[in-house]
Amino acid sequence: MSAPLLTAEGLTRLYGTRIGCAAVDLQIWPGEVLAIVGESGSGKTTLLNCLSARLQPSAGRILYAMRDGVTRELFAMSEAERRFLMRTDWGFVHQNPADGLRMSVSAGANVGERLMAVGERHYGRIRQTAEGWLERVEIDIDRIDDDPRSFSGGMRQRLQIARNLVTAPRLVFMDEPTGGLDVSVQARLLDLLRGLVADLGMAAVIVTHDLAVARLLSDRMMVMKSGEVIEEGLTDRVLDDPREPYTQLLVSSILQV
Amino acid sequence: MPPRLEFRDVAKSFTMHLRGGLRLPVVANVSFHVAPGECVVLGGPSGAGKSSILKMVFGNYAVDSGAVLVANDNALIDIATASPREILAARRTTIGYVSQFLRVVPRVAAVDVVAEPLIAAGCERGEALERARTFLRRLNLPERLWDLPPATFSGGEQQRVNVARGFITGRPLLLLDEPTASLDAENRAVVVELVGEAKAAGTSFLGIFHDEQVREAVADRIIDVTGFATAAP
Repeated sequence: MSAPLLTAEGLTRLYGTRIGCAAVDLQIWPGEVLAIVGESGSGKTTLLNCLSARLQPSAGRILYAMRDGVTRELFAMSEAERRFLMRTDWGFVHQNPADGLRMSVSAGANVGERLMAVGERHYGRIRQTAEGWLERVEIDIDRIDDDPRSFSGGMRQRLQIARNLVTAPRLVFMDEPTGGLDVSVQARLLDLLRGLVADLGMAAVIVTHDLAVARLLSDRMMVMKSGEVIEEGLTDRVLDDPREPYTQLLVSSILQV
Repeated sequence: MPPRLEFRDVAKSFTMHLRGGLRLPVVANVSFHVAPGECVVLGGPSGAGKSSILKMVFGNYAVDSGAVLVANDNALIDIATASPREILAARRTTIGYVSQFLRVVPRVAAVDVVAEPLIAAGCERGEALERARTFLRRLNLPERLWDLPPATFSGGEQQRVNVARGFITGRPLLLLDEPTASLDAENRAVVVELVGEAKAAGTSFLGIFHDEQVREAVADRIIDVTGFATAAP
């Protein structure tokens, strides 16, 4: 709790002259969940991709506290070091599971592959850990040798989460993790994510346009519009007492059931 | 003994940007304190700003000016200027909130809803669940409901889950927003007992109770919020 895990300073990404995200400063602390909300085109996915080193920013820098306690600047690291970090200490959950899974290998192999990236070689242990994780994300063990093409959308998303969390990452990025799923499947996934984040004590950055999802999962919230962060604070405060006109519009547009 | 909670000259208003910047004053010149082991009840008609005062303490509402000081062990935190992380830490250790309505999490069983804040505070899971069951039993929630998610419970059943969740951690400062509104006489009496026991253990309460009997039974002092509301410009 004493130092931030990740610090972004003046993070900017331009697409030609168009702004993806502009001059974003943020910090992510160990164990906290940050939600980035805003409508389509507000720059939230661009920001997430920059933070997770999947997209080179046009300006600004990102500092990350490595497991050995040394703080490194992400884009000053070699490509190989960055890749290793992404495979081991980070997770990235895509909205579309097909982007984060290998669709032509078995569910067990999808989970086991990340373990092998951190040096695990013992087949029996890999399989055992994979089984444990499938159970944790509520996928029947007898599906372990099936490939994800035979899975439903909700199962694929849960498998993607297992694949990401198996290496006990300290930071997980999620891009609309519940988007595209029907409501009952969403509820199950939300509950699962909530439990896992709390049990594992990992930090997470979640991009979503769904304010109810953000309320349930996040501690802090940032609201984006036209590439800029226009409001940020405690999630409850931003949703119960929004200050900016755009945030008030977002909050007042939620349908009540 | 220094107060556990102190409002110093606090003002709060809303600016409605979607209504052309209309400014709605809520309260102004709010100054009062709550001592350790004391139960202060906010009085006044609906719309006078009672809930807003509770929400400022819990950090759900921002404070325009003034200070909201909360004592935690030997540290003092001003919620009005605290960072989100400081407020979250204060919620984990010091401030609890029992709202009128339960925010239901899909699929989570009632007993887990109650135990959750205790587990978050570092209590071992088995022990937390045992204490959760003790509270639910005391609040007369039928045992067959304990393992079901509260989404389909009646208003009174949900409220008892909410009360149990609020009291289980024994936080030094508890905010109560009409915790007995949907309860029958028997369960109202249980809540009165719980407040009394917690007060004896040093817990401070800031509450809203529309039920006169409950209010009389728990309140050490009643503060009329109307005075704060009319003072708003």
